Amino acid sequence: MFGLDLNLTWFVLVGVLLTGYAILDGFDLGVGAIHLFVKEDFDRRIMLNSIGPVWDGNEVWLVTGGGALFAAFPDVYASTLSGMYIAIMLVLFMIIFRAVAIEFRSKEESTLWRKSWDYAFSVSSILIALIFGIAIGNIINGLPVGPDKEIHISFFELLNPYSILVGITTVALFMMHGSIYAVMKTDGNLQNTIRSWVNNTIIFFVITYVTTTMATLIYIPRMIEPFKEHPVFFLVAILNMLAVANIPREMHLRNEFRAFLSSSASVALLMALFAIGLFPNLVPSTILNEYSLTIYKHASSQQTLNIMFIMALFGMPFVIAYTSSVYWVYRGKVQKDKLIY
Amino acid sequence: MDVEFLSRLQFAFTISFHYIYPPLSIGIGIILVIMEGMYLKTGNKLYESMTKFWVKIFALTFALGVATGIVMEFEFGTNWATYSRFVGDVFGSALAAEGIFAFFLESGFLAILVFGWDRVSPKMHFISTILVAFGAHLSALWIIIANSWQQTPAGFKIVGEGLAARAEINDFWAMVFNPSSIDRFTHSIGGAWIAGSFLVISVSAYYLLKNKHIEFAIQSMKIGFIVALVASLLQLATGHSSAAGVAKNQPAKLAAFEGHYETQPADLYLFGWVDDSSQKVYGVKLPGMLSWLVYFDSKKPVIGLNEFAVENRPPVNFVFQTYHLMVALGMAFIAMSILGIYLLYKNKTYNKLWIKVSIVSVILPQIANQLGWFSAEVGRQPWIVYNYLKTKDALSKTVGSSEVLFSLILFTLIYLLLFVLFLFLLDRKIKHGPETYSSDMKLNLSPIKTSN
Ligand code: HDD
Ligand code: HEM
Ligand code: HEM
Repeated sequence: MFGLDLNLTWFVLVGVLLTGYAILDGFDLGVGAIHLFVKEDFDRRIMLNSIGPVWDGNEVWLVTGGGALFAAFPDVYASTLSGMYIAIMLVLFMIIFRAVAIEFRSKEESTLWRKSWDYAFSVSSILIALIFGIAIGNIINGLPVGPDKEIHISFFELLNPYSILVGITTVALFMMHGSIYAVMKTDGNLQNTIRSWVNNTIIFFVITYVTTTMATLIYIPRMIEPFKEHPVFFLVAILNMLAVANIPREMHLRNEFRAFLSSSASVALLMALFAIGLFPNLVPSTILNEYSLTIYKHASSQQTLNIMFIMALFGMPFVIAYTSSVYWVYRGKVQKDKLIY
Repeated sequence: MDVEFLSRLQFAFTISFHYIYPPLSIGIGIILVIMEGMYLKTGNKLYESMTKFWVKIFALTFALGVATGIVMEFEFGTNWATYSRFVGDVFGSALAAEGIFAFFLESGFLAILVFGWDRVSPKMHFISTILVAFGAHLSALWIIIANSWQQTPAGFKIVGEGLAARAEINDFWAMVFNPSSIDRFTHSIGGAWIAGSFLVISVSAYYLLKNKHIEFAIQSMKIGFIVALVASLLQLATGHSSAAGVAKNQPAKLAAFEGHYETQPADLYLFGWVDDSSQKVYGVKLPGMLSWLVYFDSKKPVIGLNEFAVENRPPVNFVFQTYHLMVALGMAFIAMSILGIYLLYKNKTYNKLWIKVSIVSVILPQIANQLGWFSAEVGRQPWIVYNYLKTKDALSKTVGSSEVLFSLILFTLIYLLLFVLFLFLLDRKIKHGPETYSSDMKLNLSPIKTSN
């Protein structure tokens, strides 16, 4: 259709869906990651209420991103999910745990009950971010894709230092993103407390991010080549730095919403950097470059990509309309007299 | 234990567990539309309190449906990688459509349905209810299209050979409207409405037993039984149509359902036991009835299992039993809902025995739904994509049995916990009951009380 490169289009669209996931679920995972630092039961309920109406919809971006990956690049979907079996299962278990924790925490008065679910909520949020980060780290690093398109790697081999570093960076990013969101949705003492943490999370993120960037420059030059070939891409990196630098400024000016937009932009730009470095691969092979899973060799047929493109053209405006109307309906601070969790 | 067995067990377990919740959400969804519609039409606070009460139950089943559904989606890739490579081109688009068209709709408006009573106008709230219910039906549609395609593949061509073979779409609408999708969609939706309505009936009967919320209970029960009657009649029609479709497209499956070995005019068993080794069925039968149901001609031969190599037949007695139990339950639902409506009409619902039967009946549609899927899916064996790919060839090549055993054990534990918590919360919400709705209450849309 329109003479588009459909493979490239779907690379971008899958990227957009997963970026939507990273931005949206990113902040509610981040709220989970800082949840245990909030001490009072009442405040913890406010934290949960701040994400209450939206976290479930945020996960749909993952579901749809996964579906789109399946449809557009079946081999990539099959190889990565089966190759990283244990890691994926752990993520799934954590996603279930987290959903249960959010739903059940406030149904009993007992302190033990609530504390346990608070831990479950926070730990699962951190682990989900960590494992997704580790998966991204491994993909940047490359995986042992063989001529049969299969990835032969054990769970423990996935836990290499570089990938763990990317995992921690992801946790830090979401902590920053989530605490800004929390400041935006709260007021009074709780807001002041969380506000005082935002700077720490920014520092945490910047340190891990700089370390990751250095490690990538040194150990994975392949990721840098597209930038050398097309220096315009450096703009993305520069924009990202500006977005991050803008956060403390907006926080200082008490413009939480703009700070949140900045951190959202930073998440999106990081995903863009990841995509640019990867292109045209989806999973680089560490065995032999020609075994890499690419968007041209391992995609569905042009017809399928075309059909789905039409679906996306029709569907995405609705998706964006629903998402924004829900956020619009629930704009503003958490209302304390209407605590649900 | 081998990977194939464990993967099948895990898939069957996780999907069966998932399928406890979507039928409830779909069924309650449609009932919510009725209740809230009545509220807007009559302004009667009773309907408002009914809607608010069932929204809470809906939110609970929905949350579990989502948590367990995410597992299903990724399990195709983790455990059935070869299958995913084979079907991705065809099937992935149905799954992606489900996400784009249905899941966003549902989860977006769910937020308004559950939390939005005081944030949007009553009309807008009603629209959200309709959209959520519509979304739930839509997600069932797409996933059943995908599943029906693997039962009765259409609109595709095979590209590549041997292990690299895969299906590619060449006619999207033929894929969507493959020979079984409409029958199986309407039949599954009917099953979901039955599941939802019997939950409403059961909870209402419980209040009658406890002598609480009487007006609320009677009125809910009415709605429940009417939906149940419509749905169970629909179920008979769509079930019949499904069977005729199976006879045409998956003859080995239909033959197994009835334990029919020789190609000849076929009987219909009311119940029975199949001895596969002697090819005999012991039980009560209506002679020639299966031929009649399929062709409206009791003399016409129906293809028997002996036309198929032994390794291409499903486990006969197993699907015979699951299938016959489902049909028997279907008949029971029709009888129960007619009786229920009659008793309500005659004001004779306060019979202890009947009330107790109504309370327990909630479990039956759940059983029927599971049995239906067991029949359809086990009856499809040994094929995963009918006539194109066998289940044993569809596994992930890099996943070993210890890994699957690990995940299976964890799923068992986590789902057990999930199920206990689900029952606990459901029980809580039911015991807590609806908010009061005394008629002197002002007509303002107050927010949901959150003390439960
Ligand atoms: C779109 C795909 C799809 C959908 C909607 C369903 N299934 Fe299915 N099912 C499969 C795709 C599938 C499969 C991936 O194709 C399996 C795995 C192994 C196999 O043979 O088929 C399977 C197997 C399978 C088995 C094991 C059969 C065996 O191994 O002998 C059971 C009991 C069920 N399913 C039950 C269900 C239930 C209760 C469903 C209701 C929600 C359901 N299936 C929907
Ligand atoms: C293997 C097959 C299936 C897969 C992969 C699957 C996948 C999913 C996923 C990912 C979700 C969560 C969506 C969200 O985040 O909002 C979900 C929920 C849901 N699924 Fe399934 N599903 C399967 C089978 C079915 C079947 C057979 C039906 C209906 C007949 C169904 C109906 C629903 C509905 C209505 C929901 C919304 C939540 C709810 O109402 O409980 N699913 N499913
Ligand atoms: C009333 C008599 C009934 C008949 C004749 C009937 C017939 C059938 C047939 C032939 C199938 C297999 C379809 C296939 O493999 O493609 C089937 C599947 C199924 N049945 Fe029934 N059924 C009846 C009642 C019920 C009831 C009462 C329920 C649930 C409340 C139910 C739920 C299901 C489900 C969930 C499936 C699997 C999905 C599908 O394949 O459509 N059925 N039924």
